[in-house]
Amino acid sequence: MRPDEASALRNELNCSHNAGPKSGCAKPQPGATQGGCAFDGARNALLPIADVAHIVHGPIGCAGTSWDGRGSRSSGATLYRVGMTTDLSEMDVIMGRGEKRLFHAIKQAIDTYRPAAVFVYATCVPALHGDDYVAVAKAAQARWGVPVVPVDCAGFYGNKNFGNRIAGDVMLRHVIGTREPDPVPPGASRSGITTHDVNLIGEWNIGGEFWSVAPLFDELGLRILCSFTGDARFREVQTMHRAEANMVVCSKAMIRVAHTLRDRFGTPFFEGGFYGVAATSAALRGFAAVVGDPVLAQRTEALIAREEAAVQAAILPLRPLLEGKRVLIFAGGHKSWSLVSAMQHLGMNVVATGTEKSTEEDKARIRELMGPDGLMIQDNDQTALLRSFHEHRADILIAGDRYIYPALKARVPFLDVDHVRSIGYAGYAGAIELANNLAVTLHSPVWQHARTAPRWARQAA
Amino acid sequence: MAEIVPSEKPLAVNPLKISQPVGASLAFLGLAQAMPLEHGARGCTSFNKLFFMRHFQEPIALQTTAMDQIAAVIGADGNVVDALRTIAEKNAPEVIGLITTALAETQGADIPRTVKAFRERYPEHDDIAIVPVSASDTLGCLETGFAAAVEAIIAALVPASVTPVRRPRQVNVLASSMLSPADIEAIREWIEAFGLQPVVLPDIGDSLDGHMIEAGFSTLTYGGTARAAIAAMGESIATLVIGNSLARAADLLHDRTGVPDHRFASLAGVEACDAFTQTLSDIARRPVPARLERHRAQLIDAMVDCHFQICAARIAIAADADLLEAFLRFLPGAGAQVVAAVASARARGLAELPVERVVVGDLEDLETLARAASADLLIANSHGTEIAARLGIPLLRAGFPLSDVYGGYARCQAGYRGSRQILFDIANLLAARQRAVPPYRSLYWQGTPREQEAAAAAPAGLAT
Repeated sequence: MRPDEASALRNELNCSHNAGPKSGCAKPQPGATQGGCAFDGARNALLPIADVAHIVHGPIGCAGTSWDGRGSRSSGATLYRVGMTTDLSEMDVIMGRGEKRLFHAIKQAIDTYRPAAVFVYATCVPALHGDDYVAVAKAAQARWGVPVVPVDCAGFYGNKNFGNRIAGDVMLRHVIGTREPDPVPPGASRSGITTHDVNLIGEWNIGGEFWSVAPLFDELGLRILCSFTGDARFREVQTMHRAEANMVVCSKAMIRVAHTLRDRFGTPFFEGGFYGVAATSAALRGFAAVVGDPVLAQRTEALIAREEAAVQAAILPLRPLLEGKRVLIFAGGHKSWSLVSAMQHLGMNVVATGTEKSTEEDKARIRELMGPDGLMIQDNDQTALLRSFHEHRADILIAGDRYIYPALKARVPFLDVDHVRSIGYAGYAGAIELANNLAVTLHSPVWQHARTAPRWARQAA
Repeated sequence: MAEIVPSEKPLAVNPLKISQPVGASLAFLGLAQAMPLEHGARGCTSFNKLFFMRHFQEPIALQTTAMDQIAAVIGADGNVVDALRTIAEKNAPEVIGLITTALAETQGADIPRTVKAFRERYPEHDDIAIVPVSASDTLGCLETGFAAAVEAIIAALVPASVTPVRRPRQVNVLASSMLSPADIEAIREWIEAFGLQPVVLPDIGDSLDGHMIEAGFSTLTYGGTARAAIAAMGESIATLVIGNSLARAADLLHDRTGVPDHRFASLAGVEACDAFTQTLSDIARRPVPARLERHRAQLIDAMVDCHFQICAARIAIAADADLLEAFLRFLPGAGAQVVAAVASARARGLAELPVERVVVGDLEDLETLARAASADLLIANSHGTEIAARLGIPLLRAGFPLSDVYGGYARCQAGYRGSRQILFDIANLLAARQRAVPPYRSLYWQGTPREQEAAAAAPAGLAT
């Protein structure tokens, strides 16, 4: 990747924060670095596209420990769960056989699995010795008539966030806008309901969580051209340029996609999420507002009233178990504030929230929710995080799966909100699930056991 | 004698192989107060750390030199020195394992020179041992990376001096990557039963067995072989080597210390267990304890009890070479038939395995072979779940990773009791799918029609 291309990707378009340090380019500290690389981010972002053959071009290190590790679920195609790599050997590297191997690998994937498309993720070693995988992809596409998309994402280019940006950029260059949407199927049109085409950007369908929200979209007449990329298909990604409105879900790294779609096709967008009741309702209202359909707005309000009442009724018995409990949240970006609002809704007391991957905008929202004294934690070091947990006398830690075992080892109640979990927390149904799981873990008897020494040890002390 | 068939596919599909740096890191995770440091891009370490976390359900000590684009092109010596200093200052470990990856190897990193530069610049950290291991992802597999690290640990931490036996009750154990923490715990008890004291290298049975400690979270390992114990391995009366992959490491330990060694391909099945027990008895000059005799008798009993299920069972296996060999020597002894064997990488001794053919390949190869051979049971890591489902046969989980079950690391497959448990597991998996003969009703049946009989057997509704 050329330096000018890289720095263009790091810039936020039309954003007032470009002057400050950007999340995509913080230099890692050798010996004290957490988190994934650009390849991790790029593949993670695109892997949920379920009918694509995802080929990792590199030695076994890149795919061997990481294939089929994503919690995104598909309602049909399962090709994305098949691990594929060129598994470059010493001889491939020394003799420069990587390109040839890749070409035949693409053929093998097409012959065996008939994918809708092939994505080739080029990793560090081929980038270092100069494989021309773009040319290979082009030649393979011409030869076999299946779209072959090269993703230039060597791990050393940067962090996971930067890889997300690469993924979005590659889709904009090679895939989005290459097909027109199908007409609305006759069975789906209902009288009095206008169908509006929309996209979700950065919704990954973790644990199938979007499936508890999707029926609401259908009910309102919002046709999701593409949920980018949870449970997506290649042919859906191709049509994203035709949406009337885009919603950027929980992903700062993907906001470039929304910006570019607005600039190229005039599609308005807004940011939101589906974690918590308030966020979900705001998201649905957001579509009605951006689309500008007063009938839709009316029906949306009715739907929200119905769903919120149902959630309130379900949560009522849980509230005594949760009220006043002190929560420390360590989640990136949009989640850093949407989870704050979700916890406050349950009557819980958010003592601090992590802002490692948050923008200035996210932080402004946190201040709004938590007041001027709301504590923000920047340091992602596990020991430091546990220290803050104890300093603030928190009762539960909510964070990504990287922190799960350090927290449990420290006998700290923990709730996982990472991308590999198998439990869905999105939407109204997810809010109930979240409240349930919080209550269960907070009141589990295991903490008492874990913190109590046996009698003989107490006698000795 | 087995024919070795390399998979000629350009694309590895559903990879079985795990890279060498993962294996090398695992070896260091079996040392006390240790920190493995992988020299590569940050993603290598991020993936490997999550991989270990999911397998062991533990926090994992693992760091990276975090090579970026400039370091990749211009040279990353500075990253290595910087990382060593940061770890020394932040974590103060006893041992740092410095493990290269394909990226560093392709670039041509000169690790010994870089370590020298670190030593010259930061003499205040001289008391921290640094153990360099070359472990490119483009060669070998987890098992070979692990073995390379064990060899490097011996080279760096065992002094070369042939001394007379100073600790006549101490035995060294070199433990291959096929052994789980529970296996190592069992081996320790086995040796202790003869009044001997084992020094296990590396001891993931002590560090990754999953136990709470008073201090809570630690950034280093939670146990493992102490550096001082490694330094005293030359004073032992004997060395027990478990797993063929450790042959080179065993040769090196023998050359350095002169301690006589005894080598075992595996500890699964009655023959392998008997050989180990006999050796222990000879070394300790003690009779076999009654408790072990009983465990042996229990294993034989289980073999007899399960033989109806296991005899003629057609089993397909994919694993690294040591584990593959363990099963290939154990299962036929219990009456099973291995109809497909897939190894993740070439290894010494594959050709001697008691099977017709060993394919060096991936889990797609295993699926194809198992289907063609109408296998009844699959033995593979957690990625075998989907394959077993597609084939409609049960899966016995073994190897790395065991990421879809709790306590995979706590499963014991070594020793008399471990072997017995495997037999029970296999027999239960096979029994569960045994199809009963579907009921047949004669054309001339004169009783109640079947649907009415079934309805009558269901609980009656509430009386009104």
